[in-house]
Order: sequence, then C-alpha cells, then structure tokens
Amino acid sequence: MHYHSEALIRDLSAKAQSFRIQVLKMIFSVQTGHLGGAFSASEILTCLFFHHMKIDPQKPEWPERDRLLFSKGHACAMLYTAMANRGYFPVEELMTFRTFNSRLQGHPDRLKLPGIEMPAGPLGHGIAVGAGMALAARLGTGKPSSASAPSAQASKSRIYVIIGDGETNAGVIWEGAMTAAKYRLGNLTVILDYNGIQQTGATADVMPTEPIADKWQAFGWHVQEVDGHNVGEILNALDRADEVHARPSIIIARTTKGKGVSFMEYDHRWHGMAPNQKQYDQALNELEEGLKLWQN
Amino acid sequence: MAELVSMRKAYGEALVQLGERYPEVVALSADVSNSDFSYMFQEKYPERFYNVGIAEQALVDVAAGLAYSGKIPFANTFAFLFATRALEMVRTHLCYGRANVKLMGAYAGISDSFDGPTHHSISDIAIMRSLPNMTIVVPSDAVAVARLLPQVAEWCGPVYFRMNRNEVPTLFDEHYAPQIGKAVVVRPGKDVTLIACGLMLSRSLEAAAILEKHGLDARVVEMHTIKPIDQDAIELAARETGALVTVEEHTILGGLGAAVCEVVAERYPVPVRRVGLPDCFAETGPYDKILERYGMSVEHIVSAARAAVEMKR
Repeated sequence: MHYHSEALIRDLSAKAQSFRIQVLKMIFSVQTGHLGGAFSASEILTCLFFHHMKIDPQKPEWPERDRLLFSKGHACAMLYTAMANRGYFPVEELMTFRTFNSRLQGHPDRLKLPGIEMPAGPLGHGIAVGAGMALAARLGTGKPSSASAPSAQASKSRIYVIIGDGETNAGVIWEGAMTAAKYRLGNLTVILDYNGIQQTGATADVMPTEPIADKWQAFGWHVQEVDGHNVGEILNALDRADEVHARPSIIIARTTKGKGVSFMEYDHRWHGMAPNQKQYDQALNELEEGLKLWQN
Repeated sequence: MAELVSMRKAYGEALVQLGERYPEVVALSADVSNSDFSYMFQEKYPERFYNVGIAEQALVDVAAGLAYSGKIPFANTFAFLFATRALEMVRTHLCYGRANVKLMGAYAGISDSFDGPTHHSISDIAIMRSLPNMTIVVPSDAVAVARLLPQVAEWCGPVYFRMNRNEVPTLFDEHYAPQIGKAVVVRPGKDVTLIACGLMLSRSLEAAAILEKHGLDARVVEMHTIKPIDQDAIELAARETGALVTVEEHTILGGLGAAVCEVVAERYPVPVRRVGLPDCFAETGPYDKILERYGMSVEHIVSAARAAVEMKR
C-alpha cells in the first residue's frame, strides 16, 4: 500500500469533477449520450488513468502496458474525457463525440481510437474478455515449455475492468467470474460502479443484486468495498488489489448515478437523456460550484 | 468407395502441429474437448489450453481477450453454439473488434445426427456469412483439414472453420493444395456445374458419375471458402456450363446456395438449383438416412442437375 498525499487526492478529485463538466458540455452539444453512468464513474476512471495504471499515452500499443476494459460502454463520454486529458488525443476532439466521421463513436471502437482496448456497448463482456487478457499476460510473449515455467516469462501488466451494476444482470458476467477464479487470475482487478440505478429504475427493483459482496466472495474473488467518489479510498483499494495473488479482485465502489447534479442524482431518467438549455445551465452551475470545493 | 477418415482426428493432429510451430497459438474448449478433439492439444500443451466449462459466451469472450493481447486462440465447441448462443460475442469482438480468434465449429451440419435437431447445425453458415469481417472455411475431408488449418492460423482476422463429426470419404491426396478464397475444380465438365462444400463434395462426385451415364458432363467445384467466395470461379462456371447446382449440408436459405445465387444474379444469370435442407428442422436418426430423407442424397443432386440443365432451354 502506498501513501497518498492530500495534494494528490485533491488534485485527482478536482480532475474528476472537471471531467463531469466536460462530459456535460459534450452531451449537451450533441444532444445524445449517457450522463448518469458517466458521472458515477468519474473518480474511478481518474484514479486509474492519472495515478494507478502503468500506461504511456504516446505508446498505446506498448505490450507491457496495463489495460483498462470499460465494460459499461454507454458511459464512454467519461472514458473519452479521461483519455483526452491524459494525452491520448487532443481535448478539442471531445466535442466531436457522436458526430459523423468522429473517432469518438457512440460506443467505444478499438480500431478507430488508439487506447481503446475492446469494443463495448452490449453489456457483460468485460470480465470474460479481461480474463482472456489476464491469461495472455500470464503466458507472456515467450514460448512456454516444460523447461521454462510460463511464469518466468509472464508479463507484469495488469488488467482493470470497470463494470456497471445493471450489467451484472447478464449471465456472461458470472461465466467470466468463474473462469477468472478457476485460473486464479491475481492480475485481474474489476471495479464495480455500484450506482444502484439502471435504465428503467432502481437496480433493487429491476433485478436485485444484493447481497453483492457475498456473491463475489462466494465466486472466489477478493472483495473490497469503497466509497466510489472518495479518491483516497479508491487508490488504497487499487493498491490492495495489486497485492492479492492467486485470486481475482473486485472493488465494489458505492457511487451515485448522476453524481454532482442535484436533479440528476438517483433519477434513472438521466441514464440516457440529454439536458435542455435550462437544465444545462443549472447542471453546469452546480458542477462548477462543486469544483471550487477542491480548488480552494 | 473411398477410405473413411475422421475429420476431427485430423483436426486434433493439425492443431498440435500448429502449437509446435506457433508459440502464440492457444486453444480453448467449452468442456467438449473429447468431442471436438482439442484434447490432443491439451495433452501436448496443457499450459496453453483453457477449459471454460459449459459457457460458450465466455469461451468466445475469453478467446477475444487472448487475441486482443496478441495470441492466436482456437476456440472449440459445437458449431451451432458459436452461431447461436455466442453470436453476440462473435459479432462484437471478432467481427467489429477484429479479434483474431479462430472458431472451430465441431459437429456441423447434420453430423451429430442421433443427438437430434437441437444439436444439428443448419443455419451457421447463413448467420456467420452476414457478419462483416468474418471468413468461413468448410473443409471436405481429413486432407483438407490438414491443408487448410495452417492457412487459418496465418489468416489475418477471425475465421469460422466448419467441421464434420464423422468419418468422411477421403477425396484428396498429397497434390491437393487449396488456398483460402480460391475454389478448386475437382472434376472438369461442360454441361452443368455442381458447387459443393464439406461432406457433400463426395456426394456431388458420386452424382457426377451417375450424370455421366445419363450423358451429362458435370463439372464439380469444391467451394471450401464460403466467404470471401470465389466470384470468378462461379462466373466462369456459369459462362462455360450454363447451369449450376449448389450442394451443402445446411439450410438452403442463406448459405452456399444463396452466396452462389447472389454472384450469378449480378454477374452472369443462369439457372441455379439448391440442394440442402429445406426450410425445416430434421430429426433424430442415422446420418445417411437423414440426408436421404431431407433432400441431401446423391439422387437429389442428380435430379437437381437434370432440372437445372432442363431450365437452360
């Protein structure tokens, strides 16, 4: 576990909040996109891209990089925003989101935008695909044989997967969970953006997921629970997950859908709705006020 | 009668050879490795073999993850499961994401005959053919499996490789040198062309011998690659023989027959008759009996050829 200074935590928290403002502008401009689930994932993405992951935006194909699979692809406006600010592509390009000829497709396209590790949109893929990448990292690039154990050539790269809670309705999530546990994929960390809301209502009503921590424990995973908007807690949990061997890890991040905008929080209608001018003005005002808390 | 050789055993042996040649080749199975014969790879390279359990969606997704990280995964399960249960995974990652996964469709067509229509794979070619970036290869015998599989490994992009469960007649010898995307003229002829894939190639050759007795000189073309299909070979057959019959162990909707009709309609319209399963499910029973009852006997091919020739006039 590493020490995380207050300055670091304030900086990452401010970034996460400023990314909400950028996402709001993108989605207001094009009048299409998913705000609620983007706002809930902001701190998680910021911690991974700006502190925790071993990456080089100038070399998105670097074989030894850590990999992020953003399984809840509909919230990709936040993924794009984090990537642009990290240096994967120009920040100005964010405003092309969901427009014709843009590399920023409605859902992520790995062939159009360097740094995207897998296409996402149809929900449920992240853990099983991540398990495949974790197995590949374990094999490394060498030729395994009885003379050289595969572990001797294993890559140090780690696989991170962000999933939504509505997404855990999908069966393939649990197929992937069993596979990762069977193969003891200690190099796989899943962060569950547990915002409690999905497209048509509360997760507890649509398809109850509790007791969520018990489920993952029963599947053989190392389980942590954090406040998904508390940067310090997220960073500590990511460090702890890296230290777990022979088991995949999940960090259940308790989040708020629509975080930071009073009339969007906890309201499932903001899953996939774009704001009008009045709503935009109020949301922008609230987010900017929130940002000041971290800047002072 | 030609010697009968197991296609899946030839597959297992060819896969082991690929494992020796390419360190990046890995294999996966959804707990049917003793059916699909990927167990042979598992015995030789256990550290590069993964059994994901009875979970075909995870099978394809885990394979996609391995491919995104530079491996060449050979995913194994029953053909119909790739085309139906795991289809969204195939579309999203292999086709849209260009994950370099090779799908090894076992027990294709009617070949798992006694397990019945739940296990028959009659729509897989049609489904896979509709997906952008997918390549479809259907070997006709054990020699074709051994010759084509290394090309599948080297092919840039996803491939659906469709194999038969049973022992099938050996048609080819050491001179057989197929290339993905290129049709093979197995028998020359000028009156009609039989275009076949898989087990139905051997039946088409039998039909051609019978047609000869009726005074019809039938060309037989092996279309081992259904996509991208060899349009030039189809047009040439249409121009030179004036009538075509497609022969496949698959529904007549959307498969080889449809692919040939599309080319003929646009490039050189001539009569085409399609031999295959009519638009229905078959039933449990002996393989040969099902093929006979459901429109895929040698006699059906002969009749179709005569009808196609008749339509020329």
